[in-house]
Amino acid sequence: MALSRLASSSSRSADLLKPLCSAISLRRPISTDTTPITVETSVPFTSHQCDTPSRSVQTNAKELFTFFRDMALMRRMEIAADSLYKAKLIRGFCHLYDGQEAVAVGMEAAITKKDCIITAYRDHCTFVSRGGTLLEVFAELMGRQAGCSRGKGGSMHFYKKDSNFYGGHGIVGAQVPLGCGLAFAQKYSKDEAVTFALYGDGAANQGQLFEALNISALWDLPAILVCENNHYGMGTAEWRAAKSPAYYKRGDYAPGLKVDGMDAFAVKQACTFAKEHALKNGPIILEMDTYRYHGHSMSDPGSTYRTRDEITGVRQERDPVERIRKLILSHDLATEKELKDIEKEIRKEVDDAIAQAKENPLPESSELFTNVYAKGLGVESFGADRKEVRAILP
Amino acid sequence: MLGIVRQKMLGQSLLKIRPAISVLRSYSSAAKQMTVREALNSALDEEMSADPKVFLMGEEVGEYQGAYKISKGLLEKYGPERVLDTPITEAGFAGIGVGAAYYGLKPVVEFMTFNFSMQAIDHIINSAAKSNYMSAGQMSVPIVFRGPNGAAAGVGAQHSQCYASWYASCPGLKVLSPYSSEDARGLLKAAIRDPDPVVFLENELLYGESFPVSDEVLDSSFCLPIGKAKIERKGKDVTITHGVGAEICASVVEESFAYLDAPVERIAGADVPMPYAANLERMAVPQVEDIVRAAKRACYRAVPLAAAA
Repeated sequence: MALSRLASSSSRSADLLKPLCSAISLRRPISTDTTPITVETSVPFTSHQCDTPSRSVQTNAKELFTFFRDMALMRRMEIAADSLYKAKLIRGFCHLYDGQEAVAVGMEAAITKKDCIITAYRDHCTFVSRGGTLLEVFAELMGRQAGCSRGKGGSMHFYKKDSNFYGGHGIVGAQVPLGCGLAFAQKYSKDEAVTFALYGDGAANQGQLFEALNISALWDLPAILVCENNHYGMGTAEWRAAKSPAYYKRGDYAPGLKVDGMDAFAVKQACTFAKEHALKNGPIILEMDTYRYHGHSMSDPGSTYRTRDEITGVRQERDPVERIRKLILSHDLATEKELKDIEKEIRKEVDDAIAQAKENPLPESSELFTNVYAKGLGVESFGADRKEVRAILP
Repeated sequence: MLGIVRQKMLGQSLLKIRPAISVLRSYSSAAKQMTVREALNSALDEEMSADPKVFLMGEEVGEYQGAYKISKGLLEKYGPERVLDTPITEAGFAGIGVGAAYYGLKPVVEFMTFNFSMQAIDHIINSAAKSNYMSAGQMSVPIVFRGPNGAAAGVGAQHSQCYASWYASCPGLKVLSPYSSEDARGLLKAAIRDPDPVVFLENELLYGESFPVSDEVLDSSFCLPIGKAKIERKGKDVTITHGVGAEICASVVEESFAYLDAPVERIAGADVPMPYAANLERMAVPQVEDIVRAAKRACYRAVPLAAAA
């Protein structure tokens, strides 16, 4: 990875870090240095029907630390969720994102909260990148009141509308037409903002995607379709599900970019490029070449359809968190110990949030009947025994 | 989903309606135990063995051995031409299945859950259910759509819907909802052999449950008739049925009002999308105590009406 440093004025940022490290209560990134640093993406971009963005990405120490911290937090959060599921504190389905963190973090760095994001059910980290808290995550996973959906949604149904995060969807592919609808509304409202609709390689074959893309192209909607290609749709490898697994080309008339989804800077660059394109020219497809370490869900060991060697190989060669760690170290922005201290802090943050979530109560019984409608009209609704449980819908 | 009916004591037996009309069928005495999963797997295996036109299609049914392991071992036994892993495209593969059935093959199309069948519902109803009628008998559609339906455990609103009343409202479809292993085996075999489109609603929570099965049930020729009721247990005071409660209530009132000693009641899912939280989920689904309470009401046992929730 080629690196260059444009300013030498700041002394080793590590000197600044030493006294700060010892402050136990510190929870923000250590360095706030915004001196520009240029970083090269791991591989060049490949394009379909458009130019490729430059491999050189502008960043700074502050962003590097933010990336490291945010991805390490997401990683720790997902691993903690694995343990909670095995302890039966999380029920039903739980689809973990560890390995794919660079997509969430890189995307967020390229956009604002005016831009919309919608995704499928592997949504915990996307929710966090949009501003969701650890408590909201763990409480929702455990079905408690403090959850982002007050315990009524569960793992697959996280939302944060005030940050333009529209969920959280369980039906494969459905989120893509919905995302194009968000883009339609943004254009209609003249908001000068875009929508990122995320989907997997399994969903890429859904017909509704092509229907929505066709309309988006006809109407020049600011829709960015992001295929998070982790190469497996549940247990089915991409070559067994798609005649053409070149997902960035599948838009045909719509341009596309293939991106190293394990490189947060490549993701950031691609999303910046895509936003600019979509605002002027309508829909574009981004294919993020990424990988999930866990199986499809907690019910899937993830090892019957791929080899353990493949999984460890990706972890060793392409891990997104390790990539940033190496960048920080090679730029002398911190020592190994300092980064480990950040990770220890993160671990504590996650543990504290879990402890708090565990203490949080289950929803009140009356919540069974709330939010069926936004406006209830005073209609009566019933429980399982109509004579025993009935309520006026609020 | 459960209808509670009180009848005069005319020596009439308790009916389990599955869907309508009553015919007595005795419950054979048990020897071996079999899970519902094993029952479905063995039924698929035997029907595929008996008829080369039968094939299985769906997500993860082959190499993954089935998302719920219902099709375990079938790919190995019958090969990739008869056990087909599809992409995640229900509209596409359901349509392909119906087309194959038009031509005379006997597809078994698996939906990973029936929630996903909504992506394919146009083909189930417009392409499959109505074809025999529209073609005046030329185009029969010997297809089975099967998979888990209804409530599971903590899977949330988009994965817990029950489609029994949806599909049962469509003329041209045969809709089955087996309970025990004997039911599952006999009815799936019957469904596969049937010349009409069958919607076969299983339930994930029952897959691991064991039931006793007799030698008769284990025989490869075993088959249950579609459209006949089974009496699970005889009695004389109250009738409890399973199925699409509103339809059963309406039918009973229309046909047998004079026999009734008490109003027909329904115990059903709450009128809400399925919540995730464990306590709310429990309230959204019929529990044993709800059924007991309603049965006692029908029999005029004093049951105080609870205050509104």
